[in-house]
Amino acid sequence: MAANPMSQFDVYRIGPEIKVGAFDISFTNASLFMILSTISILLIFNLGSKKNSILPNKIQLLAELSYTFVSKMISDTAGSKAKPYFAFIFSLFMFVLFCNMFGMIPYTFTVTSHIIVTFVLAAFIFIGVTVIGFIKHGFGYLKLFVPSGVPAVLLPLIVVIEIISYLSRPISLSVRLFANMMAGHTMMKVFGGFVISLGIVGGWLPLSFSVALTGLEILVAFLQAYVFAILTCIYLNDALNLHH
Amino acid sequence: MVKKIYFQSIFFSFFFIKEAFAAESGGMPQLNPEFWVSQIFWLILTFGIMYLVLSKLILPKISNNLESRKSQILENIEAAEKQRESSDAKLKEYDEIISKSKLEANSIFNQAREKALKDIGAKREVLDKQIDNEIAEAEKEIDALRKNAPDKINKIAIETSSELLQKLIGAEVNNSSISAIVDDLSKRNGDKYYGN
Repeated sequence: MAANPMSQFDVYRIGPEIKVGAFDISFTNASLFMILSTISILLIFNLGSKKNSILPNKIQLLAELSYTFVSKMISDTAGSKAKPYFAFIFSLFMFVLFCNMFGMIPYTFTVTSHIIVTFVLAAFIFIGVTVIGFIKHGFGYLKLFVPSGVPAVLLPLIVVIEIISYLSRPISLSVRLFANMMAGHTMMKVFGGFVISLGIVGGWLPLSFSVALTGLEILVAFLQAYVFAILTCIYLNDALNLHH
Repeated sequence: MVKKIYFQSIFFSFFFIKEAFAAESGGMPQLNPEFWVSQIFWLILTFGIMYLVLSKLILPKISNNLESRKSQILENIEAAEKQRESSDAKLKEYDEIISKSKLEANSIFNQAREKALKDIGAKREVLDKQIDNEIAEAEKEIDALRKNAPDKINKIAIETSSELLQKLIGAEVNNSSISAIVDDLSKRNGDKYYGN
């Protein structure tokens, strides 16, 4: 297990096999870390919102800074109309961030390094944004695929490109997060393996690389959560304020 | 040389490890659909619960806290502004009172000085008058004394000379002749005695 850099992404059952109909919904290590992330988020933000003191303590400050950070991000990219979706984007950002960060602890499992998880999130966002767009603008939402100021000759081509780019949104959104997490963790594992195989003589170079990579991966963990949330905001902005 | 060996060993070990991986791995575990349904199920469950709790319980509280803090800070700033204004007004009032009382004190001082000067003038006049009167009286007395002095001196001289003569000669001398002599003498020597 230790030598294979991909074995860290193995999902295995914890406890008995649970089956509902034909579907296997057993409790796995992925489920464990989803629950851990969720519980940590709820715990931190519950503690951070319990007392309302004028001078906030550290955990209250953390909660309030996160709140203002996400709310500023939403109002900057999607405007004031996106206010009803604040709770969803906040949960999304926090969930992805905590899953990424939990993955940075050695011997843990990174939930977001699985394409199926990120794809479900991205697909939900894609469907939700599309539904919101059609509810807000009716069939006028299809104008999204017809950019203004394009010569009529080019229009068929542009529309096709626009439709493809719109449909590929969930794929790019999910693959971006999944690939970033997987690549980073694989690289760290590979360099960790070098440390072992080169031993006390040559292991220092990959070890220093490993240390640097850990810092980089923590940055990437935050950045990818931010990118995931801000792209959701941008898609939401397209659906809410149709001006292409 | 040492460096070369070092990098060579890294390079070869890389090959070695890669071969070891290739022998062991069976592709990406992410693409194995065995636990996809389970992951989707648990994702929806945990994310859904988290979303519900955050949106219904926690986020409204945080936004409430932020709002109340903002409003309280604004209120405090307003109150501070008000207090500053009132203190400014009070300071102005105080300045006015001070300048007014300074003026008052000045006028009172001036009045008192004038009154004192007047009093002093009046008293001085009275005293001057009194002194003048007394001086005049004294001068009068002196004048009277001066006027009477030669007569008295003449009389004394006459009487003294008559008594002297009587004692010296033993015969009475006529007073009138003596007085004539004294008068004559005093007239002659008057300037010497009285300095007039």
